[in-house]
Amino acid sequence: MRTASAGTRAISALALAAVAGLLLYGFLATESEKTVGLILLAAVVAVAGGLRSGVLPRLVHAAGAGPVLGALGLSMLALIITFHDDPFVLLLMARALLVLVACLGLHVQLADAGVPNFAGAAFFGVGGYTAAVLGRSDLPHLLILLASGAVAAAVGSLLLLPLLRTRGHYAALITIAFGLLFRTFLEVNDTLGGPQGLKLGGLRILGWSFNDDRQLLGMDFSGYAFYCLAAVVLALFAVALVRRVERSWIGVALDAVRLDETAAACFGISIGRWKIAAFTLGNALIGVAGGLSAMMVGFIAPNNFTFQESLVLVSILLLGGLGNLAGLAVAALLVIWLPEKLQPIQEFRYLLFSVLVVLVLVLRPAGLVRRTARRPFGSVAW
Amino acid sequence: MDLLAQYVMNGVMLGLMYALVALGFTLFFGVLDVVQFAHGDVVTAGAFAGLATYAGLVLAGVESAVPQLVLVVIAATLSMAVLGAVLGRVLVLPLKGAPPLNVLLATLMGGTALRECIRLFYPGGSQPQRFPALLPSASWSMGHFTLRLDNVLMIVAGGVLVLGLSLVLRRTRLGLEIRAVAQDEETARTMGIDFRRVVLLTFAIGSALAAFAGVMHGLYYNEINFGSGLLLGVIGFSAAVLGGLGSFGGAVLGGFLFAGLQTLGAVALPFASAYKDVFAFTVVILLMTWKPTGLIGEQLGERV
Repeated sequence: MRTASAGTRAISALALAAVAGLLLYGFLATESEKTVGLILLAAVVAVAGGLRSGVLPRLVHAAGAGPVLGALGLSMLALIITFHDDPFVLLLMARALLVLVACLGLHVQLADAGVPNFAGAAFFGVGGYTAAVLGRSDLPHLLILLASGAVAAAVGSLLLLPLLRTRGHYAALITIAFGLLFRTFLEVNDTLGGPQGLKLGGLRILGWSFNDDRQLLGMDFSGYAFYCLAAVVLALFAVALVRRVERSWIGVALDAVRLDETAAACFGISIGRWKIAAFTLGNALIGVAGGLSAMMVGFIAPNNFTFQESLVLVSILLLGGLGNLAGLAVAALLVIWLPEKLQPIQEFRYLLFSVLVVLVLVLRPAGLVRRTARRPFGSVAW
Repeated sequence: MDLLAQYVMNGVMLGLMYALVALGFTLFFGVLDVVQFAHGDVVTAGAFAGLATYAGLVLAGVESAVPQLVLVVIAATLSMAVLGAVLGRVLVLPLKGAPPLNVLLATLMGGTALRECIRLFYPGGSQPQRFPALLPSASWSMGHFTLRLDNVLMIVAGGVLVLGLSLVLRRTRLGLEIRAVAQDEETARTMGIDFRRVVLLTFAIGSALAAFAGVMHGLYYNEINFGSGLLLGVIGFSAAVLGGLGSFGGAVLGGFLFAGLQTLGAVALPFASAYKDVFAFTVVILLMTWKPTGLIGEQLGERV
């Protein structure tokens, strides 16, 4: 396969990121519901046209995944600088990115290894509560974020044995039961604040408090800009990690375990080991996202981690097309942003999402975007 | 001793409610091998349908309790039977042959939609609603033990319903058809059984049971809440799974087992009674780890 020159790659990646950034900018900047609709329409036309004419896949292919990710990171940076003094927009961006990270965790579990997890919000909460409890100590905050992931993974490991011994409905029930159990536990546990929840101090790295507004390059940056930056870094890291995992032999093993356990076992792939690996990695990602999110918002309560929220995470996975990272990102942005931008649907958002998911499941059982087969060499499979 | 009797009484009451919900899960799983997770919300919807009927009756000037009760129960069960059949037709039948997780997700989302509809469109639905006490409130006290007539009536009615369902399944032509479809769909079809009809009727029966459980729930707690169906659904499903999905006796056993666990968690354990659900679900997870397909294992030929 012919590889494109460095210049072509950079230009293709930047072109893609510029279009994406412009669409996002329009979406975030507008206040009117009509403009939101128009921008959505433009986005749909752009993506559909790009796919139909083959320009989009060719651009992605020409650029390569790494440069595309880098360029998308740059466009996020540009957006942060543009909205540097608008805490609302910055908070929205950061929230969507953190939800995306959590969904990437679920993606590894459900879309790669086929392990259902209907307790995503619970593991997000484990990360948040870990950050809240450890935040009272003098531990460095980066370490606390890592600990959020580690504790979420450790709590998840309690479910490993039940999950390995069951499958399908039964495995799903175990995670659902865990999600409910976790929330009830939080509500009645006084040391963790009960239903009122806990307050957190903000993120501080090397003496630099993320909560404070500060001046940079002659601009007044809202504190949320730095959280947003941290979320961008975390999201880019998570996407790169998940992609690496999927494209490696680990990904092949996970695919095999998901598609046919018997066949996988016949080829000497340890089903238990890979399910454990995927479940643990996924929960760790969800936990870190939860920790950062709690520090950013400054407050957590059991009500943020309901079963309903877990379902929203799974819906994002499904609406993005199971197994499709680009779709996942788009779905995460839309699911988090649309209700905020279209106030009339705010109240109806759960109803809307649930009906949408049902429609997708009934009308397009194979998923919104068909999953591409693995092409081992020389391809950029998103 | 009298305190113990009180706990047993409460446990039986809860157990019967859970068993009724679990029977729905087990019936659906029997005929179609799917988990219909909107079932818990059908329970709530049934209670709300009953409440709406009551409000309508009061407006229409029907004041005495007996016709009110009868009409409330009939309206709730019938409307939920229809709703259940519709859910089966729209959410479950089209997904036949899809991965089990898709059906689970579709019905979970269907349940969410149902729950949100109650919250958004029932007048004051986002707040807990008072459920009228339609049963006679006589009671006899023996020390700490209070035997309430309304509880006794509900237990008798629920028990009759469970026995009736078991008779229908074992003695009637419809029951035979349901059991045939549960055993082997292909063969049942070649024997001239109308598969869709049987499936939809099964969904109607299961959902009517759920509606009855919902009205019981309302009468027992004197309050209904749009969100309570989720927990009831998970409890009912856990109960059905504990007993072994697809087994009639297993569902009843599982229902009482779960109620027993909750009561035990509230009463006999050293920590606060608020942890009773945490305890019950922990035990459910442990039991499922020990016996992944339920206490009465799924055996071919013995499903519902």
